[in-house]
Amino acid sequence: MNNRIIIIAGLIIFLCLITFPIWYNVVGGKAAYAPELKIVSEEKQCVESTKYMRAKHMQLLNDWRNSVVREDKRTYTALDGKKYDMSLSNTCLKCHSNKADFCDKCHNYVEVTPTCWNCHVAPEGNKL
Amino acid sequence: MGLWFSLFTVVILVLLVFMGVGVVGLNSLFGILIPYAALLIFLVGVVYRVGKWTKAPVPFRIPTTCGQQKSHPWIKANNFESPSNTFGVLVRMALEVLLFRSLFRNTRAELRADGPRVVYGGTKWLWLAGLAFHWSFLLILIRHLRFFTEPIPFFVNLVASMDGLFEIGVPTLYVTDIIILLAVTYLFLRRVVIPQIRYISLAADYFPLFLILGVALSGVLMRHFYKVDIYKVKELATGLFSFHPLVPEGIGLAFYIHLFLVSTLLAYFPFSKLMHMGGVFLSPTRNLANNNRMRRHVNPWNYPVKVHTYEEYEDEFREKMKAVGLPVEKE
Repeated sequence: MNNRIIIIAGLIIFLCLITFPIWYNVVGGKAAYAPELKIVSEEKQCVESTKYMRAKHMQLLNDWRNSVVREDKRTYTALDGKKYDMSLSNTCLKCHSNKADFCDKCHNYVEVTPTCWNCHVAPEGNKL
Repeated sequence: MGLWFSLFTVVILVLLVFMGVGVVGLNSLFGILIPYAALLIFLVGVVYRVGKWTKAPVPFRIPTTCGQQKSHPWIKANNFESPSNTFGVLVRMALEVLLFRSLFRNTRAELRADGPRVVYGGTKWLWLAGLAFHWSFLLILIRHLRFFTEPIPFFVNLVASMDGLFEIGVPTLYVTDIIILLAVTYLFLRRVVIPQIRYISLAADYFPLFLILGVALSGVLMRHFYKVDIYKVKELATGLFSFHPLVPEGIGLAFYIHLFLVSTLLAYFPFSKLMHMGGVFLSPTRNLANNNRMRRHVNPWNYPVKVHTYEEYEDEFREKMKAVGLPVEKE
């Protein structure tokens, strides 16, 4: 007995599955796509440095939420000593008013679904 | 011996990245060339080895059975434990591949002091850890498609949201991350703690465990502690998969450690026991129907046996048989 045909069929199915990212990107044709973030603010720097914000903004926001909601502490002292009001709607969205072109672009690109808008009123598109 | 050799090798691999990317700055070597080479070795190696298996002849049916085989109609047959047809084999294989049915039967002998007597009991820990490990690995792999594809297929988010159902911390803690770390740790400790298993464990057993532990650990650390820029990670990953490789600046060292360990795993795969991924489908004790008594299976390389049938015999000696009064079938 020799099941060459079945084994080769199985192997081909396996290869199709394992190379899914390759042919999906080739067929989909959007592989080289990377979203460009628009910053619509005059400010030179966010609450912390760009590098810090890129890596840890989700933790910062989470800490802010815990601090405000659970401890009623509303002032954030940045690493450079500046003080900010801990508020997504008033501090963050003041500069980053373009949710669709700023928040969503990156979050959609890497499939992140933050829970900010479960409580906060989400800005529609790029408008506050 | 094998344990320390394997651990040492994995540590060296990690240090290589620290040197190569962190000090010398060979980002394109570790970000493009090595992943491509590893993927090529993986694909060619797996095809080569499975191709070699297709040439292995399977002359006899050698299923291991653990149920009543099909016989008389009034005897209840167990078609999944002793399959007599293709459907039974398919169900049996599905149970084996998806649920590790045969591992579920794992037993252990123990010498009890009273008597003394030997006691056999089921032991499910290996099955449980193995199942948890393999399924977690699959779900983690599916979750990773969010870095590999653009636009992202719907099922990726489905898996990710189920996985992060408890919404612990930010970024969300994935359940599979915890399970895979616990399961691999158990699979390792079992080899060290149980003397019999320690005795038969070799470097080829420890190395994949340490490597996978390193992959999982570097992934978890990268997600929760040593942050990397996943936006750039995705640029690199989609670049690799669409053959427009690029190495964005400033991804973070943790990512390169993760990527290099994954590349090592891929390149090591075809040479190792990890080929059981394909091999499980080709286990002759599992994937053959137990129909030895219903059908005649002729060994394909049997030489043609010269036979002399009774009809031919009678044709040859008919006259002489008649002459001595022996009965003949044809007149």
